[in-house]
Amino acid sequence: MSEKEGDKDMQGLAQLTAPFRTVAGGLLPALHAVQDALGYLPEATTGVLAEQFNLSRAEVHGVMTFYHHFRRSPPGRHRVQLCRAESCQAVGGRALEAHAKRVLDIDYHQTTADGAVSLEPVYCLGNCACSPSVRVGDEVYGMMNVARLDALLAELRGGAEAVP
Amino acid sequence: MSAGATRVYVPADTSAVALGADRTARRLEALCDERGLAVTVVRTGSRGAFWLEPLLEVERDGQRIGYGPVQPEDLPGLLDAGLLSASEQAPGHLGPVEDLPFFRCQQRLTCARLGVVDPASVDSYREHGGLRALERALEMTPQALVDEVKTSGLRGRGGAAFPAGIKWQTVLDAPAADKTIVCNADEGDSGTYSDRMLMEGDPMALLEGMLIAGLATGARQGYIYLREEYPRARASLERAMTALWAAGCLGSNILGSGQCFDVALRIGAGAYICGEETALLESLEGRRGTVRPKPPVPAIAGLFGQPTLVHNVISLASVPAIISAGGEHYRGYGVERSRGTLPFQLAGNIERAGLVELPFGLTLRELLYEIGGGSRSGRPLRAVQVGGPLGAYLPESQWDTPLDYEAFAAIGAMLGHGGVVAFDDSVDMWEQARFAMAFCAAESCGKCTPCRIGSTRGVEIIDRLAAGADAEGDRHLLEDLCETMRDGSLCALGGMTPAPVLSALRHFPGDFQRPRGRPGQSESRHDTAPGPQIIPSTEAG
Ligand SMILES: Cc1cc2nc3c(=O)[nH]c(=O)nc-3n(C[C@H](O)[C@H](O)[C@H](O)COP(=O)(O)O)c2cc1C
Ligand code: SF4
Ligand code: FES
Repeated sequence: MSEKEGDKDMQGLAQLTAPFRTVAGGLLPALHAVQDALGYLPEATTGVLAEQFNLSRAEVHGVMTFYHHFRRSPPGRHRVQLCRAESCQAVGGRALEAHAKRVLDIDYHQTTADGAVSLEPVYCLGNCACSPSVRVGDEVYGMMNVARLDALLAELRGGAEAVP
Repeated sequence: MSAGATRVYVPADTSAVALGADRTARRLEALCDERGLAVTVVRTGSRGAFWLEPLLEVERDGQRIGYGPVQPEDLPGLLDAGLLSASEQAPGHLGPVEDLPFFRCQQRLTCARLGVVDPASVDSYREHGGLRALERALEMTPQALVDEVKTSGLRGRGGAAFPAGIKWQTVLDAPAADKTIVCNADEGDSGTYSDRMLMEGDPMALLEGMLIAGLATGARQGYIYLREEYPRARASLERAMTALWAAGCLGSNILGSGQCFDVALRIGAGAYICGEETALLESLEGRRGTVRPKPPVPAIAGLFGQPTLVHNVISLASVPAIISAGGEHYRGYGVERSRGTLPFQLAGNIERAGLVELPFGLTLRELLYEIGGGSRSGRPLRAVQVGGPLGAYLPESQWDTPLDYEAFAAIGAMLGHGGVVAFDDSVDMWEQARFAMAFCAAESCGKCTPCRIGSTRGVEIIDRLAAGADAEGDRHLLEDLCETMRDGSLCALGGMTPAPVLSALRHFPGDFQRPRGRPGQSESRHDTAPGPQIIPSTEAG
C-alpha cells in the first residue's frame, strides 16, 4: 500500500470515529462504527483511536482484543456463527459444529479458501427454544440439522449476495 | 390500513422468524393482495409458545384466534378454508390463543403484553395498560416509589436475586447531583431468552420501568447495555425509544411534568463477563470488561463514579406492573422469600420449549413434564441445568425441588435468570463438565488466578480423568481445584463454575469412568465429532 493510500485510510477511519470523541465511554461505540463500516478493525485503527481518545496505543489494543466480536482481519463474505452453548449442545450442536468444520475444511476463526465463509463460535443467541442455532450476519436460524446447515452453507457459497 | 380490514398478528420475534415468521407474513400479504382480501398484518413479539411458531392470530369479535405453526405453503389452503373469518375448519386452528393450556397455567404479570401489543406503537402500549404506572409514579414521592418496590419483595432477576428495594433505597439516599440507571441487557446465560423476548415484544415496558426507577432514585440518565448478539432487540428498542420520545414520555419534560429522563443504547461486543455488573460498567466506560472489587457497590459509586442502579431487563420491566397494581398485589404471588413471578425459559431437549411465567413454588418436574411435555427427542430426560452455564446439573432425584431461590440454594443450585436446559439420556456429563471449565477459561476476565489459570488446569484434569490412569487422584485434585476457585474468585464466573463441574461429577460418576479414545472425543449419540472440542486459546479474553 502506498503512503498516500495509507493516509487516506487513516482519514477515512478518523471520520468514522470522530463523532464518538465527545461521547462518555465512546471507545466501544467507535470500534463498532469502524467494524460496522469495514467488517473488521484495520491496523491503523489503534493509532487513530489512541490519538482521538487521548489513550496509549496499548490501551486501545487492550480493549480491541478483549472483546470476541472485534476482528482484526477482513472476514469472508459471510460471518457464520455456530452456537456452542448448552441448549444447543442438548440437541446435537456439537455434531453440527464438527460437521460444519469438516465440510468447510476450516476451524473456528478461519475463512474458507473461496472467501465465502468465516466461521466463528458464539455462546448463545437467545434462540434456545429452537436449538441448535446458527447466525449469519443478522439472521438467526433455528432447529438446525446437518441437512439444513448444508443447504444454508451451499447457498452462502453459491455466490449469493453478502449478508449484511 | 383499510377500514374493515381483518387484523392478523404475526410475531417478528427472533425465534419466530428463525422458524419462518417473516416468510409467512410476507406471503400472507402477497396472497391477500392477489385475492383482493382486506388484511392488516401487525408484527408483534412472540407469546413464547415456540413449538407453535410461526403462530398466526386472527382478530375476530375482540378475540384472537390462533393458527400454528403456519408455513408460507400452508397459506393458500388456509385462506380457502376461511382463515380471515377465523374459521374452525382452517387447518392448524387452535381456538382463542389465551385459552391454550400452555398459557392458562401461567400467571403473566411482567410478560402480559408479550405477543399481544405492537411493540413500536405507543397507542397500542397504552391500550394494553402501558404508561399507567408512569402516570401514577409522577404523582408519587421518590420514597413512596421505593417503598412500593420494597413491599413487592422483588429480587433481582439477573441472577443474584438481591432485594431490589434495598438497592433503590441506597441510590435514593446517595447524595449526588448525577445518578444513573443501567439496564443489564447482556443476557449471556445460555438457555435464557426472556430479556430478548421482552425487548423485542414489549420494549416500552422496559423503558417505562427505567423511567420510574429514575423518578424514584433521582437519576436522569439511563443506559441500556445490550449484547451484540441481539440485532432484532436493538432495532425494536430503537423504534420504541423514538416513539416514546415523540409522545413526550422520554426526554426533558416527561408527560408535561417538568421531570426529565433520557436513555442511551450501548452495544456490547461478545464477552460473557460483561454481564457481571461491574465489568459491564467498565465496558460502558470504554474499557476492557474486567470485574471491579466491591466495595464500593455500584449503588454508591458505579458508572463514572456516580451512584448507579444496575438492574436486569426483567427486573426493570416488572416495575410498571408493580407500580400500577401495587407492591402488595405483586407479593401476593410466590412463596417464602421468593415473591412475584419469574419468566422461566424452557430450552434444550424439551418438547414444548418456550416462555413460562409462573409464581415461584412449582416443582422443576412439573415445569419439565406438565408444561414442557418432556423431551423433544422422545428419549428419557437425564439431566437439567437451571440458571445458565454456572448452574448445577440436576439429576432426576432433585427434580421435585420447588422453584424458589432458597430451595435451589439449599441443594447447591440456583434459579438465576430462569433458564432451564433439559438433556436426554444421550448426554455425556463428562463432556458437559469439561465444557463448563473450558467456557470459564475462554471468558475469564483474567483478574484472579484461580479463575484464569485454574480453569485451564481444570480442563486438563478432566481430560486426564478420562484417560483413567489415576482416576482417584485426579478426582481429588479436581475437587480441590474447584474449592480454590470457589473461595478465591472475585466474581461468580470463577466462583460458580465448580457448580456444573462438581454436580456432574457427583451425580453422574459413571460418565467419568468410561474409557475414551482421545481427550475431548465424545461418545454422546448426538456427537460425531472427530477430534477434541477444545476452545482455541485465541478466544480467551
Ligand atoms: C459472570 C456473571 C455474568 C452475569 N451476567 C448477567 C447477565 O447477562 N445479565 C444480567 O442481568 N445479570 C448478569 N449477572 C448479574 C449481574 O452482576 C447483576 O447482579 C445484575 O445485573 C443486577 O441486576 P438485578 O438485581 O436486576 O438482577 C452476571 C453476573 C456474573 C457474575
Ligand atoms: S472470577 Fe474470573 S471473571 Fe470473575 S473477576 Fe476473577 S478472573 Fe475475572
Ligand atoms: S444455547 Fe444456543 S441459542 Fe442459546
